[in-house]
Amino acid sequence: MFVQKKRKLVNYAKWGYIFILPFFASFFIFSFIPLVDTIRYSFYEYFRSGIKEIGPNFIGMKNYASLLQSDMLKYAGNTLILWVIGFIPQIVIALTLASWFVDVRMKIRCQQFFKVVIYLPNLIMASAFAMLFFTLFSKTGPVNSILMSLGVISEVIDFMRTALGVRSLIGTMNFLMWFGNTTIMLMAAIMGISPDIFEASEIDGCNSVQRFFRITLPLIRPILAYTLITSIIGGLQMFDVPQILTNGQGNPDRTSMTLIMFLNSHLRSKNYGMAGALSVYLFIVSGILCFIVYKMTNDNDPDGSKAAARANKKRGGR
Amino acid sequence: MIILSFLCLFFFYILIINATHSHAELQRGFYALPGTSFLKNFNSVANNGEFPMMRGVLNSLIVSGSCAAICTYFSALTAYGIYAYDFKLKKVAFTFIMMILVMPTQVTAMGFLRLITKMGMYDSLLPLIIPSIASPAVFYFMYSYLESSLPLSLVEAARIDGSWEFRTFNQIVLPIMKPAMAVQAIFTFVGSWNNYFVPALVIQSKDKMTVPILIALLRGADYMNRDMGKIYMMILPAIVPIILVYLLLSKYIIAGVTLGGVKG
Amino acid sequence: MKRRLISVLLAATVVAGTLAGCGGGSDAGSADQGTAPPPAASNGGSEDAGSDAATAGGEEGKVINIYSFNDELRTRITAVYPAIEHTSDDGTVSTLNDGTEIHWIINPNQDGVYQDKLDEALLNQADAAADDKVDLFAAELDYIVKYTDADIDVAMPLADLGINPDSDLSDQFAFTKTVASDANGVQRASTWQVCPGVLVYRRDIAKDVFGTDDPVEIGKKTADWATMKTTAEELKAKGYYAFSSYADTFRTYGNNIAGPWGEAGSTTIKVDQKVLDWVNDSKEWMDAGYFDPTVTGQWTSDWFTAMSSSAKVFAFLFPAWGIDTQMVPNWDGEEGVWAATNAPLPYNWGGTYLVAATGTDNPGHVKDIIMALTGSQDNLTKVAKEYTEFTNAQSVMDAAASNDEFNSAFLGSQNPYGYFADSLSSIKMAPLSAYDQGCVELIQNAFDDYLQGQIDYDTAKANFETAIMERYPEITEIQWP
Repeated sequence: MFVQKKRKLVNYAKWGYIFILPFFASFFIFSFIPLVDTIRYSFYEYFRSGIKEIGPNFIGMKNYASLLQSDMLKYAGNTLILWVIGFIPQIVIALTLASWFVDVRMKIRCQQFFKVVIYLPNLIMASAFAMLFFTLFSKTGPVNSILMSLGVISEVIDFMRTALGVRSLIGTMNFLMWFGNTTIMLMAAIMGISPDIFEASEIDGCNSVQRFFRITLPLIRPILAYTLITSIIGGLQMFDVPQILTNGQGNPDRTSMTLIMFLNSHLRSKNYGMAGALSVYLFIVSGILCFIVYKMTNDNDPDGSKAAARANKKRGGR
Repeated sequence: MIILSFLCLFFFYILIINATHSHAELQRGFYALPGTSFLKNFNSVANNGEFPMMRGVLNSLIVSGSCAAICTYFSALTAYGIYAYDFKLKKVAFTFIMMILVMPTQVTAMGFLRLITKMGMYDSLLPLIIPSIASPAVFYFMYSYLESSLPLSLVEAARIDGSWEFRTFNQIVLPIMKPAMAVQAIFTFVGSWNNYFVPALVIQSKDKMTVPILIALLRGADYMNRDMGKIYMMILPAIVPIILVYLLLSKYIIAGVTLGGVKG
Repeated sequence: MKRRLISVLLAATVVAGTLAGCGGGSDAGSADQGTAPPPAASNGGSEDAGSDAATAGGEEGKVINIYSFNDELRTRITAVYPAIEHTSDDGTVSTLNDGTEIHWIINPNQDGVYQDKLDEALLNQADAAADDKVDLFAAELDYIVKYTDADIDVAMPLADLGINPDSDLSDQFAFTKTVASDANGVQRASTWQVCPGVLVYRRDIAKDVFGTDDPVEIGKKTADWATMKTTAEELKAKGYYAFSSYADTFRTYGNNIAGPWGEAGSTTIKVDQKVLDWVNDSKEWMDAGYFDPTVTGQWTSDWFTAMSSSAKVFAFLFPAWGIDTQMVPNWDGEEGVWAATNAPLPYNWGGTYLVAATGTDNPGHVKDIIMALTGSQDNLTKVAKEYTEFTNAQSVMDAAASNDEFNSAFLGSQNPYGYFADSLSSIKMAPLSAYDQGCVELIQNAFDDYLQGQIDYDTAKANFETAIMERYPEITEIQWP
């Protein structure tokens, strides 16, 4: 019996390979080869001056070293700050909304309408969105004039010229663009939970808060991990919004310069070596981050309280 | 809730309102009510032979539609392959995908361009579509979804019924994954619709351009003839199709989620 | 996934407005006044340029690929090149009377897309099939040096095409020929436009503040920066701003530098004293309230708004192209409210050059096109009249100043050509370098924070150094005066 089963598994394994083949073939051609290129050039001095190509000359780890001496860590800090101010409200509100929507007993009117509406901002091109914000919050823009006429402020606020202003605008935009997305994703997850479980908990006298923390959260953990991971990656790769809002400068005083904007400025100057080294750093950092998150959300945690506590700690810690 | 919805709708409102104003009006300031230049702006966009907007919308629909379809299908296939089967490289494959999940696209762009030029796919829509077969993020979503919604017993049952593996996937697993696929289809569609970076590198001729490149191009040429109303009008066709697709699919998602999933 | 999207741009840059997109960013090469050729009309071989095409067609390739960053070049060439019979509706292909096709390859300037694609194509030029080779491309003054370099040799010397710059292009302004030449003095590009800057002011504001709108009288009030400051004070007393922002005044300083930003083969960028003068003067003007505080730069919506009737901005500094392409579309009042006069400091700003690509398979056609657009007095007259450009024909421009046909309705029937010519004659052309575009853009960005009081002077300097070394990997040192 046992032997027979094993043989069967071996037989099926073939299908596993077949099923994942298209993915890997396509990845290998369109991502892996270019990636190897990138990593290789990170050890070279290789850039274009005008349209003259300099290099490639092998220089070992020099690109890596000079990046460490540059402001890279400052940009990493910027990226982290920008991500946090966008992500925290996003996940809190998304969780609240998702459990609220799914809650069978709370028949919110126009529920469908809200669901559709909150996802809408995600549909606009990030660049168009950033441009709209730029117009709205400019010195002559409607936000300033409304605040003025309401008497909230006495003179115009120049959002684009203060680090706080620019950072909160970027945070707000990221929040607005992504909270609907996260909500929908979490909703799909919560709805995938068998109603039997909820019914059972109800019979056991669970109130809605308990139900949320004890049943919903642990059960949607994989999706939550997914959200967190994609958000971290998205955060690391944050580009469009700050790029366009600050015209690629990360002004004022480079306080909203993100890592990818930094990378982009190297790519723009066709400095393949430096860009390659920066990419490798990015690659390693995001790999580590994801590994931590993945480990954390996938260990054995029967009641979910540990995960919740960790999630809280994480939020507090950042 | 109301505030949030208001914020979400507000931007669309402005976009639409601005599309109805002439350039001169827009310069004077900001308007809360629609203007009268809608038709004028629309005509100047639609009749502009240099910026084949309709062609662009069509191209974008082709690219985004194919991306959404093949991306969700192959991601589901891959996720299922890794989830449901035991094979030697399973762990390796999974870890590998998780690793490449974090790879920024910008990094490989230059190599990508060189590669497709060598393959003779420069200035064609294919390099915009085919690479979406390998979408680690979508894969991971599918994998998570399978983990939470597909009991392997279902697959076993199908096997006992003598179902061919590929058929099992298409007829039993896919329906269960419908909600996840719908969600990811929207995301992929939107992502590919709004993508500017890769198409801008790859596409050269006008009849193959997608919407974002056309808008950028209009803006470039507008150096000679700046017209903000026109630009807003260009953004409008850029977002309307996605909204339509979204509205259509959103109904499907809700239905799919409530109907699908594991029963018993 | 989609968070990765790098959909850069689009409409966004309407607001963000890169300098590159808009004919900005330039310095000009030194014009040797002494050797300026006589304005004698030597237009031989250019008038009938179009007809040459038919005869040359036999040995030529079937496709002429023209790279450009916007429509400007196509409209100009179509206007003056008679061999063009028909252009397709989408504007991508023009057919010549001998059956040859021109393929217009237009890529937007922003984010360096144009230069990226052009560079890519030029690097592949040798391997490309005949019909895919770049034949002709456009280059703006701020990056022309990158392409005219003799070592790189992507730009064909005009002489190799059969154009003798000394005789065929003798009516061109000398400095346009100098800047289009490589280090050995071999001319490798040619332009149809010259861009001396003037000061364009609002007549209604002038009447209100000074009691007159006469360009001569106002010209006295804008004669130099010291006088201009007094004028700005008078304007301020009545609630007006002299200029929209310090970005507007930059060109009068930045395009009058004494030495180049950088030199070929050197790893040093030298910041000119003139540029620091701009920083210091701007700070002073800023604190004195002579600039419109709502304007944050150029090619932004608030800048365009400053050109409309609701604004309180007295004047803008522009060459001819700026009046036609920036001010006319943004002005919402009646025609004739603006007028031109001399700028506090003469300067040159911008210009699009035609470059024949080395390896072209259509040298005959390329020669004809270059001659038709940049070497024919008739055509240059036509372009000046049709598009109010200050064109690259000395004798035509000299005559234009006293010819009513060149009057501008937008400027209240004023003939601005005299002021353009005056500005041009007193320009001391700043030396060009391959780093101009980046330096001009980055120095303004770096010091913007300083001028807005966000950071101190030394931080701004440090930020400029960082940004320059990012943009130009070979640069290792920045020298301050």
